[in-house]
Amino acid sequence: MLGPLPELLQHCAILLFVFWEKCWKRSCSCSVCHFLWQKGSVNQYPWNKNEMFLFRAALAFAMRDFTNGEEFGVSDIHPCNETQRVSFWFVVTRPKTMDLVDKGTVEMAIKKSRNRINGAFLLTDKTLEFDGIYPTLAAPVSPDTPPWLIVFGVVMGAVSVGIIALLVYPLVQRKLKKNMDADDEDSDEETGVKTAENGANDGIYNSTFSDDERFTQM
Amino acid sequence: MRLVLPNPGLDLRIPRHEDLERMEKQEAADRPKWDNKAQYILTCVGFCIGLGNVWRFPYLCQSHGGGAFLIPYLILLVLEGMPLLLLEIAIGQRLRKGSVGVWRAISPYLTGVGIGSMLVSFMVALYYNTLIAWIMWYFFNSFQDPLPWTNCPLNENRTGFIPECQQSSTVDYYFYRVTLNASNSIADSGGLQWPIIICLLAAWTVVCICCIRGISTSGKAVYITAILPYIVLAIFLIRGLTLKGALSGIKFLFTPDVEELMNPTTWLDAGAQVFYAFGLAWGGLISFSSYNPVHNNCVQDSVILSVVTGLTSVYAATVTYSIIGFRATEKYDTCINENIRTLLNGFELPEDSITASNYNAALHHLNSSNPDTVFGLDIKTCDMQKLLSEGVEGTGLAFIVFTEAITKMPGSPAWSVLFFIMLLCLGLSTLFGNIEGVVVPLKDFNLFPQKWPHEILTGATCFVSFIICLLFAQPSGIYWLTLFDNFAGSVPLLTIGLFEMIAVVYIYGIDRFNEDIKFMVGRKPSIFWQITWRFISPLIVLVILVFYLVTQAQKQLNYLVWDINSETFPALTSIPYPSWIYAVIFLLAGVPSLVVPMYALCRLIFVCYKKKMSEKN
Repeated sequence: MLGPLPELLQHCAILLFVFWEKCWKRSCSCSVCHFLWQKGSVNQYPWNKNEMFLFRAALAFAMRDFTNGEEFGVSDIHPCNETQRVSFWFVVTRPKTMDLVDKGTVEMAIKKSRNRINGAFLLTDKTLEFDGIYPTLAAPVSPDTPPWLIVFGVVMGAVSVGIIALLVYPLVQRKLKKNMDADDEDSDEETGVKTAENGANDGIYNSTFSDDERFTQM
Repeated sequence: MRLVLPNPGLDLRIPRHEDLERMEKQEAADRPKWDNKAQYILTCVGFCIGLGNVWRFPYLCQSHGGGAFLIPYLILLVLEGMPLLLLEIAIGQRLRKGSVGVWRAISPYLTGVGIGSMLVSFMVALYYNTLIAWIMWYFFNSFQDPLPWTNCPLNENRTGFIPECQQSSTVDYYFYRVTLNASNSIADSGGLQWPIIICLLAAWTVVCICCIRGISTSGKAVYITAILPYIVLAIFLIRGLTLKGALSGIKFLFTPDVEELMNPTTWLDAGAQVFYAFGLAWGGLISFSSYNPVHNNCVQDSVILSVVTGLTSVYAATVTYSIIGFRATEKYDTCINENIRTLLNGFELPEDSITASNYNAALHHLNSSNPDTVFGLDIKTCDMQKLLSEGVEGTGLAFIVFTEAITKMPGSPAWSVLFFIMLLCLGLSTLFGNIEGVVVPLKDFNLFPQKWPHEILTGATCFVSFIICLLFAQPSGIYWLTLFDNFAGSVPLLTIGLFEMIAVVYIYGIDRFNEDIKFMVGRKPSIFWQITWRFISPLIVLVILVFYLVTQAQKQLNYLVWDINSETFPALTSIPYPSWIYAVIFLLAGVPSLVVPMYALCRLIFVCYKKKMSEKN
């Protein structure tokens, strides 16, 4: 640890991390890293010095990656004020000169290697947060043809087929009937004329004549 | 002594019993008929069971004392719904005409009743089909995983979500912004929403093709649209009961609060709900019954229909509230977990030191030791009762509450598809009755040439309705729809129902009506029917109508809008209607109600004038 904490807090250029974005008591110039265990997740592990070492190594990697080769080591990452929540502040110093690295640089380094740091702890953007660095969210996958258009096309196609079928069906039936009638007429001429006696009982009652009696009114 | 108003010439306008027997034997082909009894029952059941049974009855039940609401509902079902139902079915079966034809046959002065029914059916069909269009939109969008209303869209720099979505919720945003693009008030109408137009087109073509030949096509369609909802409700019931928190929803629904029975609004709402639930005064039931054989047992049918409608309402309410209970429990658990996280972060306590079971004790302990800190943390109170009762009426239930609950179930696209198919079937089967109630009176009026086939008439009606429905495709469409729902489907129905009862009992003559039923069924209707037809049902409807008008006239008309800039966002804001809306309300509610006396008056004047002219000559 470098020197007394208040001085460090004044000068450090570190990112403050609080899970729910507000830092109500501390100044927002130091960074606090929260590790959060998800309940029921498979990768629960207790927090200890080894995990802290892994964090420092991951962050050193991120700084190296961002600055293209400046040889940050584990000893250049300085955590401070650890709590049981597993949250802490940290500062980063330059490898040989011990100057504090400014907040912006550290932020950008973390942004660049965010998923590597997450991966080292088998955590996600939701379970491991750096305050002040908002993860860029993945854009939702949108397919080329919206699926609803496909379903709409299917429904309209089925309905159009139905309408055409309903309109064409009686025409087809009428045509078939005409052909059948033509066949019947041919067969009638051969067998002979139907007599009136056979057909007289099949008449239909025609209501137009009888009902008029009730309506005759001057 | 029976009170019957003089009605000359009645015998000349209606077929005699002997004529009915003869028409029955001949099986005259000019009037369509049902393939079998099951088709008729299914069509009537489908017509009565509609979207209101899913999203209006459960809300009324829960807000008026839970299980205790069933008491006024069932009492009024028996005293008000059943008698009017038998009246419409029997008169249709006896006089064998659509709604305009029936009233015109009873007395030419009463044609206004038929016209009123037709207008109401038309206006209800307009906004009902818009609901179907919205349901279709959600149905079309259910065929993807994840469902589009599970995630908010990202903002420009992709670090968070769009603020409108962030502040409200994903389902609210999807409904009000993506689907409807809702404006701030009913007067703001800028352009048309083309997804809604496409869905309206789909909805009207589906309705057209199902109704294109009258009951010969719609009678086949009801096999699916009337039966499928019951199957889907059963599936949802089984699924719902296995979800965590379902029983708390059902308990919330049925917990009786007997004090609510003293409240007159409970009885008023129950009476109004019975009226709307049965599809009375729309004209569709008269039309459907006129296709029945003459000796069909209509008394039995009306009892069966009433029982089925009542039971289905309770069944649908149970399913609905099991899903609502699940959603409320999920939200409650999330709220508690968030608060736990806030406390853990605020006091730097280790993980798992506060769990859901010791949350209350821990909060109390922390509050007593560090009250300022706790106050600064801004902990939200998680209220289970509030979560159970929020947003559960009308369109809010289907498109917001249910869609949210579905996103939390495993396999959401399948449940979404099932749910929206069920709503589609419920809505379509009611629409068949509506279209019947519009097209058949148009035919009876002889407005169109007789040689135009039924298909062209149905097609023309659907096309004109589609054009008028574009009103609902505007950004202010949802407010227009709520307006139609509140005014076109309320007062006119009550008025027309009242006139119908008076017409049959006092102008057609209750004695003649009893004789008709004896001829058709074989037995004169019992004393129960006599008392309800003559006194109880008209009285109940009159009381409901008067109270409704009085309460509406007293309060200022407000409506709820989705306004990002208002203070109560994300809750809907209540603002007053603009003054020109009163003209629209008169058109919606006043015209169909007043057309009955106005038509009678005009005809009286016309007849007197003609008599004077012929006397002069």
